[in-house]
Amino acid sequence: MSTTKLSFKLNGHSMEVAIAPNTLLIDLLRDDLGLTGTKVGCREGECGACTVLLDGEPVNSCILPTIKVAGRSLTTIEGLANEEGELDEIQQAFMDEGAAQCGFCTPGMIMNAKALLNKNPNPDEAEIRQSLSGVLCRCTGYQKIVQAVVTASQMKKLQE
Amino acid sequence: MSLTFKELHWAKDIRVQQYLQPKTLEEALHILQDYRGRARVIAGGTDVIPQLRKRDIELEALVDITGLPDMANIEKDGDKIILGGLTTHAQVASSQLIKDQAGLLSEGAGSVGSPQIRNIATVAGNLISGQPAADTSIPLLALDASVTIASGEGERAVPLSEFFLDLGKTALDPCKEILTRIKFQPLGKDQGGAYLRLSKRKALSLPMLVCAVKVTVNKDKNTISEASIALGPVAPTPFRDRHTEDALKGAPINLTTLADAAEGASAYCSPRDSLLRGSCDYRQEMVKVFVKRGLVRALEQAGCTLD
Ligand code: FES
Ligand code: FES
Repeated sequence: MSTTKLSFKLNGHSMEVAIAPNTLLIDLLRDDLGLTGTKVGCREGECGACTVLLDGEPVNSCILPTIKVAGRSLTTIEGLANEEGELDEIQQAFMDEGAAQCGFCTPGMIMNAKALLNKNPNPDEAEIRQSLSGVLCRCTGYQKIVQAVVTASQMKKLQE
Repeated sequence: MSLTFKELHWAKDIRVQQYLQPKTLEEALHILQDYRGRARVIAGGTDVIPQLRKRDIELEALVDITGLPDMANIEKDGDKIILGGLTTHAQVASSQLIKDQAGLLSEGAGSVGSPQIRNIATVAGNLISGQPAADTSIPLLALDASVTIASGEGERAVPLSEFFLDLGKTALDPCKEILTRIKFQPLGKDQGGAYLRLSKRKALSLPMLVCAVKVTVNKDKNTISEASIALGPVAPTPFRDRHTEDALKGAPINLTTLADAAEGASAYCSPRDSLLRGSCDYRQEMVKVFVKRGLVRALEQAGCTLD
């Protein structure tokens, strides 16, 4: 099958890849680029485990044709820690609050929380729950995840 | 009962040979013509991609229209509101214009799927999916919206009341045609609207019942001049309850009127028994509750008080 060349920004770095037209973004990320932090749950746009940020907005990478990211900027869970390996506040808060059990939903939760805090550094609980509403967690019962996002927003404030 | 592998597992990939990204409407329509039914339009793709993976549809090419110019705007044109064919649910749900002048649509758009789906999925796609309880189809049907459909032969406008043909089937052929605009009259003076949704959870859930209501009132006479009531899923397509609407024309604004409307609507609806969405009996009862509650809210929004 013919391949198409496309370039985009991945976690701040310019990327160029050659892909077949039927490649879904999740498969490029996990299989070709080895970025397995993004998880595959349902592959049909229901569970949110595969969430990445496209130009800052959360989207499900399992149903996104890769060609759609051409010229745009993509952030995956691997892109949250800085160059020195220091974790993002949300990642730190998830650890501190014990917000992950099996951890399968965690990348999706964190990416949605990241999109929220970028836009709204002081969300209330309802806004946090709304922002996490597109990710299913079969383990935690959600309370600690919500708490972790609250904590992350407070950590962010302390740093500023 | 043994299921075949194919029934148990969807394919991982979508099987298409070409993924085309036309830059103009003419180009897109040409490509569709050339492929004669073997290519299909894709916008957000939140329905098309899972269908391809399930092998519900088989295609040679996808024609991605998200690069077409000037189709992703929400605009006021005279006294009408126009949603471009590429407007996403997130755009509609967060638009102040829609919140102020068509709150029922804003709420419907905000109820679809999840934030990630709403960021990608278009309202036009929600209509084209032809589902009887689609969260934007029901309020747009209550608002008497119409759509503009472009094809190789030109453009045509189709009122939503004629757009939905059967379960999953609409007047638009996605292998030939493109939905370019959705147009409706926003709520004006002496008008009010409401959107109600029954589902098992607050997010990521199929609707068990969706109801949208629009009313126009005559405040001097304290009567309802006109009402539209859209419901789903109570029939194979999004459903307008014309009987109840006729009965409400000129009716006095009081609790008896509302109770009669609720009884009437429930009698005309036939939801199916469904393990996922609830039994027919239950949902028929809920039609009563929703029609009454929807009318109350719409009347309040129109500035009426009920005693
Ligand atoms: S794997 Fe993408 S939404 Fe479930
Ligand atoms: S921690 Fe296991 S799915 Fe959320």
